[in-house]
Amino acid sequence: MQAFLHQIASGLAAGGIYASLAVALVLIYRCTASVNFAQGELAMFSTYMSWALVQAGASWWAAFAIVVVGSFLLGLALDRVIFQPLRHKPVLSVVAASIALLIILNSLAGWLFGHELQEFATPFGGVLSHAEPFLSAHEAGILLATVVELLAVFVFFRFARFGLAMRAVAVNPSSAELVGINTNKVLAVGWGLAAVAGAVAGLMAAPIVFLEPSMMMSPLIYALAGALLGGIASPVGAVAGGFAIGVLENLLGAYVVGNDLKLTCIMLLIIAVLVVRPSGIFGKSVQVRV
Amino acid sequence: MSMNINHTHNAMEHPLASPIWLRWGALAAGLALVAWSFGWQSYPLYVMTQVLIYGIAIMGLNLLSGYTGQVSLGHSAFFALGAYAAAVLSHHLGWPLYVGVPAAAVLCFVAGFLFGFPALRLPMLYLALSTFAVAVVTPQALKWKQIEWLTGGVQGIILEKPTFPGMLADRADWAIMMCVAACALAAFLLAQRILGTQFGRLVDASRDQPLAAAAGGLNIPVIRTQMFGLSAAFTGLAGALSVVAGQFVSPESFPFLLSVSLLVGSFVGGVRSLWGAFLGAAFIVLTPNGAESLSKSAPWMIFGFALLAVVFLAPNGLSGWITHAWRSRANS
Repeated sequence: MQAFLHQIASGLAAGGIYASLAVALVLIYRCTASVNFAQGELAMFSTYMSWALVQAGASWWAAFAIVVVGSFLLGLALDRVIFQPLRHKPVLSVVAASIALLIILNSLAGWLFGHELQEFATPFGGVLSHAEPFLSAHEAGILLATVVELLAVFVFFRFARFGLAMRAVAVNPSSAELVGINTNKVLAVGWGLAAVAGAVAGLMAAPIVFLEPSMMMSPLIYALAGALLGGIASPVGAVAGGFAIGVLENLLGAYVVGNDLKLTCIMLLIIAVLVVRPSGIFGKSVQVRV
Repeated sequence: MSMNINHTHNAMEHPLASPIWLRWGALAAGLALVAWSFGWQSYPLYVMTQVLIYGIAIMGLNLLSGYTGQVSLGHSAFFALGAYAAAVLSHHLGWPLYVGVPAAAVLCFVAGFLFGFPALRLPMLYLALSTFAVAVVTPQALKWKQIEWLTGGVQGIILEKPTFPGMLADRADWAIMMCVAACALAAFLLAQRILGTQFGRLVDASRDQPLAAAAGGLNIPVIRTQMFGLSAAFTGLAGALSVVAGQFVSPESFPFLLSVSLLVGSFVGGVRSLWGAFLGAAFIVLTPNGAESLSKSAPWMIFGFALLAVVFLAPNGLSGWITHAWRSRANS
């Protein structure tokens, strides 16, 4: 029983990482009606930046603050330079652009920092301490950070004026424009926030998976599965889905299929969700008109 | 937006009928190339074979993205399936490759059809998502312990080099290249034929005006699923031919990045062109040769920027440029 609860608790901690990344995916989905396949690499890149800052002598939290601001600006810049011009282009172009961004960031990180695994410090104490009954200090830290982040997202969308504008743009861009909302500005901020959520996910994942250019590939799949499970248009669904996938992944790995096939099972889950309920548990189906 | 699509589409779909001297010229050039390449060293033959193989795979991707308007990030999985099918049939059942390769293509058609059946009923983005997951999972799934007896696990399968009779016995690399070239030509002609039929026009309608076409009674999921199967068969054929050329398969040969390379080749060559696929294949095969001396990361950096450049500057890729130049020369 103790072991089972431990698996669930550390699944929730991993789920926190996926939930952050899934929130980023949902934000971008609402901006572009497409998925940012570079979201994982973007997170990886932010994490490398913070690693480089710590190597250069900055404290962990100072590096964190700088990277959060830097990621926000990077998100804004990417939107302005790449995705804003593609706003009315077919989805094929948007997907291709995000794949291009994926390989550029991946090879850039490999070029700048090498392909070797790097250790990445956690601010919460040990990663692999078995002293605690349920969670290592880092896992507890992940959970705490995720809860804080998600509360911030919730408050932002619920109470901030700008958050309301973002929701309006997501629901109906042209009507939002008619009531005087600057759609481009809103969507750019969406990109910035997604980059920040991704960076938080990367910083939380790096102490566990170690730092290397492809480190976010599997987390991205899990996050996608979470976002699809909850509903790719729904932030609340993405969070719930992210946590659910974390727990499911851990239980599958521990009791059912072992570590080799976890990802394959999650892939089958993605396909099953798409077949049975494409809009996800929390999503609404959308109708189109000729 | 739809106006724009139709415009570029028409420009690509109906090139000027090529004059008779051009066809004979192309045939003569092809035969000269065949004769000339007989004397080539093994390295240029290897490069040429790779270009032809990736060209077939990219043609498969173009059938899907350019002609059906769907996007797949999972074609590395079909490439892998074709390769493993050919290798397993040859290694375990002793089938000769000239039977195993077509069988692999047929298997990939079935696999593509079955996979596309649920996925293509949904908006295009969902196909991108599910194929993305499939591509990432492929190397891992191929290492699965339970099927190790079949796939050879991490080690993969090594086959013997095919032997050829008579004077070709010493020129096996050349003979392999000619077999691959013959397959490429056959695939090209088949694709051209299919796109030119009534079915090809239904495919166009299902891409350009899916809602209107559906309202008009077209069964769009069925059309798309057939095209997805065809696309998978082409890419699977390329995978099977890669076994003929390299006599080796292993899980690590089919990473997600293979799907990305194919996508890059498809865009660079031009998604709405069959012969452009071979230009794209030449790009993805030749770029690493030059760029790897700079850095291990350089080829991918170039791929990334090339893909961005094509998305922004040349939506019809190199073949679009060439067609455009050809048309404006012919019109002047």
